[in-house]
Amino acid sequence: MLQRRGRTLGVSLGMVGATALVAGASSAALAEFKPQKPIEFVVMAGKGGGADKAARLMQSVIAKEKFAPVPVVPVNKPGGSGAEALVYLKGKKGDNHTIMFTLNSFYTTPLRQKGLGVDVTSFTPVMRMAEDTFCLWVNSDRKDINSVDDFVKAAKAKGKKWIMAGTGKASEDNLLTDFLNKAYGLEMKYVPYKGGGKVAKELAGNNADSTVNNPSEQLGFFEAGKTKPLACFTDERIGLFKDAPTFKEIGKDFVYYMQRTVVGAPGMSDDAKAYYKDLFTKVFNSPDWQTYRKKKALQGDALSGEDLMAYWKKERDVHESMLKKMGEIK
Amino acid sequence: MMEIFGLLGQGFTVALQPFNLTLIILGCAVGLFIGAMPGLGSVNGVAILLPLTFLVPPEGAIIFLAAIYYGAMYGGAVSSIMLGIPGASTAVATTFDGRPMAKQGMADKALTTAALASFVGGTISVLLFTFFAPPLAHVALTFGAPEEFALMMLAFATFVGLGGDDLAKTIFSICIGLVLAAVGLDIMSGEPRLIFGNITGFMHGINFLVLAIGIYGIGEMLWTVEENAKAGGKSMLSEATLTWARTKTNIREFLGTWKITTMGSVLGYFVGILPAAGATPGSLMAYGVGKQMSKTPEKFGKGAMEGVAAPEAANNAASTGSMLPMLTLGIPGSPTTAILLGGMVIWGLEPGPALFESHPDFVWGLIASLYAANLFAVILNILFIPAFIWVLKLPFTILAPIILTLCLVGGYAPTKDMHDVWLMLLFGIVGYLMRKLDYPVAPAVLAIVLGPLAEPAMRQSLLISSGDPMIFFTRTYSGPIMVVAIILLFLPALMPLFRRLSGKKASKAEGGAS
Amino acid sequence: MFAGIREMTVRMAELLLALTFAALSAYLMIKSAELPIGWIPDEGPGGGAWPFWLSAVMLGSCIWVLVNWVLRIGPVANNDGPLFEAGMFAPVFLVAAALTICIGLIEGIGVGGFGGIGFYGALPLFLAFYLKVMGNHSWMTTILTAVLVPVVTFLFFEIMLKITLPKGMTDPLFIPVYAFFYGL
Repeated sequence: MLQRRGRTLGVSLGMVGATALVAGASSAALAEFKPQKPIEFVVMAGKGGGADKAARLMQSVIAKEKFAPVPVVPVNKPGGSGAEALVYLKGKKGDNHTIMFTLNSFYTTPLRQKGLGVDVTSFTPVMRMAEDTFCLWVNSDRKDINSVDDFVKAAKAKGKKWIMAGTGKASEDNLLTDFLNKAYGLEMKYVPYKGGGKVAKELAGNNADSTVNNPSEQLGFFEAGKTKPLACFTDERIGLFKDAPTFKEIGKDFVYYMQRTVVGAPGMSDDAKAYYKDLFTKVFNSPDWQTYRKKKALQGDALSGEDLMAYWKKERDVHESMLKKMGEIK
Repeated sequence: MMEIFGLLGQGFTVALQPFNLTLIILGCAVGLFIGAMPGLGSVNGVAILLPLTFLVPPEGAIIFLAAIYYGAMYGGAVSSIMLGIPGASTAVATTFDGRPMAKQGMADKALTTAALASFVGGTISVLLFTFFAPPLAHVALTFGAPEEFALMMLAFATFVGLGGDDLAKTIFSICIGLVLAAVGLDIMSGEPRLIFGNITGFMHGINFLVLAIGIYGIGEMLWTVEENAKAGGKSMLSEATLTWARTKTNIREFLGTWKITTMGSVLGYFVGILPAAGATPGSLMAYGVGKQMSKTPEKFGKGAMEGVAAPEAANNAASTGSMLPMLTLGIPGSPTTAILLGGMVIWGLEPGPALFESHPDFVWGLIASLYAANLFAVILNILFIPAFIWVLKLPFTILAPIILTLCLVGGYAPTKDMHDVWLMLLFGIVGYLMRKLDYPVAPAVLAIVLGPLAEPAMRQSLLISSGDPMIFFTRTYSGPIMVVAIILLFLPALMPLFRRLSGKKASKAEGGAS
Repeated sequence: MFAGIREMTVRMAELLLALTFAALSAYLMIKSAELPIGWIPDEGPGGGAWPFWLSAVMLGSCIWVLVNWVLRIGPVANNDGPLFEAGMFAPVFLVAAALTICIGLIEGIGVGGFGGIGFYGALPLFLAFYLKVMGNHSWMTTILTAVLVPVVTFLFFEIMLKITLPKGMTDPLFIPVYAFFYGL
């Protein structure tokens, strides 16, 4: 009784109405599809987190520049590391008014929770808006640590007492911690917290020894001189932290990004697909989004359609092998 | 010190520009209404209106949102008092005495007290904020998981005396709240927990509002339906009259609570500063300490004016306090400030330790606007009291279905999931039966708020210390807090002894110590 | 069955509720035990420990209530009066039932492919029922309230605050309404 049911009848009636109206008002619009009601923008994370902030920025840009005639309404569905959001979107098959903003739990959650029956390739690719990066951070009070070598030495000396703070178990931060432990023969203890902002604060307050935060999460503390990046998991050095090498440069070929991607409900009509691609291209090119990307040291170009789908397939396989190595899945 | 006055003066020139002043008044009014809706609190208000702020400059935007935040904090008390439904977790403690007062025909008195106490709390906290921001920011930064857990223990300890007479049922109520709080995801192991066979609706956990609206909204309505039937359809939801003479008496009586109001303000402010604590534990602690300080603690829970003043002063003070870590550290002290932080990012500001130097106009403009917002919120609130009283005079059989409508919207809105509406109905019916059989329900509601904060903090601490519980006692801040919490927990048992030894003194010292 | 509830004594209700809660506690303990409930060395309590042991305390307090019941300790356990005074059961039951039906109508309950008549379909029915049957108001007041409340709700929540409420199969009916407000 408590379980949600798809609204097939309502949706199909809605589509009939939609097509009728569009046919009646076939203006010289870019795409044939035009939203008929508020667009639901599901966010795979809780209020106030990094993904939520970015989603609300996009919502604001769309509202300010009047890119869409109807409001875009963010709905947070953080449950079960995104499982709730994925199942919800799966149930919206054929819906042209539901889109979702995702992170890397888009790959890891269906892999870890096979029972959900979610196949991410069944979703409609809309647009990758950015890729967030990760760096290894320590508190600036640690005058003895200025490079990854210093870090390895200090962490080895403390063994299991070395605290690595991160967001959630089996999350991106956990994957990176496991990588560091394996690559350098460390035994750092991973302590999960709720949200990247909290993690950043634990480091700045000296309650953790190191973190693998996104630059955006540590930026405030970094600018105040409270924390410092040692190295980044990127292909090239990040402009903001010129002094921090990439792990590639220092001999550990490990590059890891977090996608910030807009996804559509499965089976979205082609017209709607084109409409959302156009909408988010406008958002991507807007000065506000570009400034945000620069400020937050975000990378990754806009990617859509088949290219985005190919990217998903590649990333899913990468995550599958990483989770297997961690022993999280078989 | 002079420097601060100079900066504050500059801030006022920003805040008092006609355009910004209009935003403050508008924000307070909108916030007041959103806050007064059961189920909608400052979080919703700020989140919903965030996109609008893109149209004005950053100073105007933050001023508008802060005014909404303030307005909603005032408004939260309205729903607690008039309907007995806390619109947000911060207003739970206000129902304890605000609701009984309204039922005794003193809704006007309770509303006036809430508004004035909020004003005092807001003003004291802004003053504290103005003069002691940076040193406190440092303390807040060093607060880690052990300190958070100690603080939660303190919050529990201060309201442990709030249960009913039946100890077994009080324990049951606390525990069921804590267990319901555990539903969803176990963040420490990343495993889903208590989702009862993959029901997706349980994955996001049980929102505090679902339980609160269920118990206080639907449960209370069923209760009132029965009372109404007993009275032959004549009874009102709350009885109230409003005259100038009464208002004067109300204000005079409020001034008599100055000690407790001041205590609530200061306590609320300091608890609010601590990251992750926010206004809810602050208001609960203020209520608990207020009861200890009061000359008539036996009146608490039965309609004591002090029982409204203490938590209302505290929750407004805490909402100011929670802006401190937001501005100085870039970390939110409450869900609402998390959204505000998001807003600052959208406006192109970098919240964090450098903000005070890099954008003084913004920071001081905000601080100055808090003084103004406080003033306008209290004026608007008092002006609207006659309207609130008028609503209460509607016949119960018209008011009841409208309130139930608001309950349905309030239960649905936070998660947009009908599952939560069903759950709310279930909690409402069970809560009604529990009330009929003398189970206290308030402890369950409080436990579901504090549980999700306490459990991870405890387990993170133990993980850091490799399972050694001494970590709670050996650290600079968590040690003393923990000791005070433990003393308070056992105080009810020791109290008769203390009383015999030194009369009222023991309880007063205790109130001051925390 | 209704007669049974209507004539139940407080003492009987106390027993039934305590037994239900005891069963619930036991069930929660079993469910919590799906995750480790013990002390993991070097890590502290496992993922199921918090809910498991608290459910155990719940079960303990239920047993305590039951002991009080058997020994007739406390006012509730000694109250042989009726749970509902004469004529009190019907109104409470009607309101609870009306609310349940109203919620069920919003999105359906997953039976027979019924997608629900949405918030704005179910709400007027509930309001009309309440005002006419429970309140005995005039048809004028009833219809006015049943129409005005949903309209105001729509304007305030959907248009002003952008909180969309479920519409079930009435969804297409709102397309012209949105078209009007957003000038589509």
